[in-house]
Amino acid sequence: MAYSEKVVDHYNNPRNVGSFSKETAHVGTGLVGAPECGDVMKLQIKVNPGTGLIEDAKFKTFGCGSAIASSSLATEWLKGKTIEDAAKIKNTDIVNELKLPPVKIHCSVLAEDAIKAALADYRTKHGARAEAAVK
Amino acid sequence: MALKFPIFLDAQSTTPCDPRVVEAMLPYFTERFGHPASRNHPFGWEAEAACDAARAQIAKLVRARDPKELVFTSGGTESINLALKGVAEMYREKGNHIVTTVIEQRAGLDTCKRLERQGFQVTTVPVQPNGLVDVDDIKKALTDKTILISVMFANNEIGTIQEIAAIGKLAKEKGIIFHTDATQAVGKIPVDVEALGIDLLSCTAHLMYGPKGVGALYVRRKGPRVRLTALIDGGGHERGMRSGTLPVPLCVGFGKAAEISAEVMPEESARLAKLRDKLQDMILSNVEEAYLNGDPERRLPQNLNISFAYVEGESVLMGLNKETALSSGSACTSATLEPSYVIAALGASAELAHSSIRFSLHRFNIEEEVDFVGRRTIEVVKRLREMSPLYELAKEGVDIKSIQWKAE
Repeated sequence: MAYSEKVVDHYNNPRNVGSFSKETAHVGTGLVGAPECGDVMKLQIKVNPGTGLIEDAKFKTFGCGSAIASSSLATEWLKGKTIEDAAKIKNTDIVNELKLPPVKIHCSVLAEDAIKAALADYRTKHGARAEAAVK
Repeated sequence: MALKFPIFLDAQSTTPCDPRVVEAMLPYFTERFGHPASRNHPFGWEAEAACDAARAQIAKLVRARDPKELVFTSGGTESINLALKGVAEMYREKGNHIVTTVIEQRAGLDTCKRLERQGFQVTTVPVQPNGLVDVDDIKKALTDKTILISVMFANNEIGTIQEIAAIGKLAKEKGIIFHTDATQAVGKIPVDVEALGIDLLSCTAHLMYGPKGVGALYVRRKGPRVRLTALIDGGGHERGMRSGTLPVPLCVGFGKAAEISAEVMPEESARLAKLRDKLQDMILSNVEEAYLNGDPERRLPQNLNISFAYVEGESVLMGLNKETALSSGSACTSATLEPSYVIAALGASAELAHSSIRFSLHRFNIEEEVDFVGRRTIEVVKRLREMSPLYELAKEGVDIKSIQWKAE
């Protein structure tokens, strides 16, 4: 099975690999997947409390090239978005952008799950405070 | 010297034809094109003689007493199907029980599944953590209804060589037919059907520098005489066990490949084992938490299988595939996301079963290729670990097994 050019590009030059340090404030973290399934994604967002925008995002992924590409793409798309807009990213958007074949659709599903988990974690930790700041 | 890319280190999936094999085959496509079953003219006689000579070359390689004991097939898969289904059908009155192992190739496992649906009972014995079947487990699985024991000679993923002689002896004692899938072993290591008590043996040409599309099934004629029900009906070729026009050029190529393998085996296996050991040492001494799969001693000289903790196999291959052809036990390309069932059968964690890489060397590999692949593998694994959340967790001292993963 040949990989699409975009998957190869994200695999070779992954965007935003890494983790925010534990001390960084206004961070939401999603950790999804399972080692026994062959895919684990950690996705983090850092929100600007003043503007309410996601100003940075980072990922680390254990999985195939398509899983790495899906999470790398997700971090690119998250930057600059509001929490509400970030929640609108769908796995089908990732499938279309990366031209994932049917057997790799689960990678995009996992990336969407990772986004949702990171957003939920952020809301749980900072939701009230962040909303107050925006007002 | 300058390396030629991509480097092929996937020789347990297939091997290139030896040029001497191709040379031997060529006349049988054109001027010597006869049908071996044409009994009344020189074209047929010539083709029949060529197939018989090839049969004798293969018989010599596996130490069969009589070349007639070899039945040509289309390859390993057909040989295995013919052995298992042929015995099951022929000896149905005698019993309906088959004993096999969890690490057989899909051709063996899936044939057994089909036989189960047809009313046969199959016991699949496990393997030990080193990939070896405990012969006692086979013994315990036998019943008075057992008609067949089928155990692979050497495994396609981890190269582990089973205790074939002990299994052959057990089968003899109990009067049970013994089949071995030797597709990975024949031509690579000494195989002696007489000394090892093998009744049926499957092999294929393309894994020993012969052409794709031809294989053979050794069927013992004496002590005991094994009978099979044919899968394919037709002109009654191959002593009635496999009808169909023999692919004469392929048979000739198979024979030549067998002859060459017999000749070069001692030297070749020593050379490849040395290169394999070098690759193994290079990787294991430079990458922490890299684990050798399979028995370190009882294995094919050209096989190396390593699991790299915290990285997934397919992603490692993707990092190498521009320069190197390798194979991963991880079947992540399938929709089911199944890890390697062979590595999983060793009792390894599912994560490690997703992380196995098979390096398999062949006759034409050179040391510089092995050095290159070793270096690149180390680089790729290290890069992927920097991207791996599991590696990060492990570095922080978190036990990955203690996390409540939400498995899909």
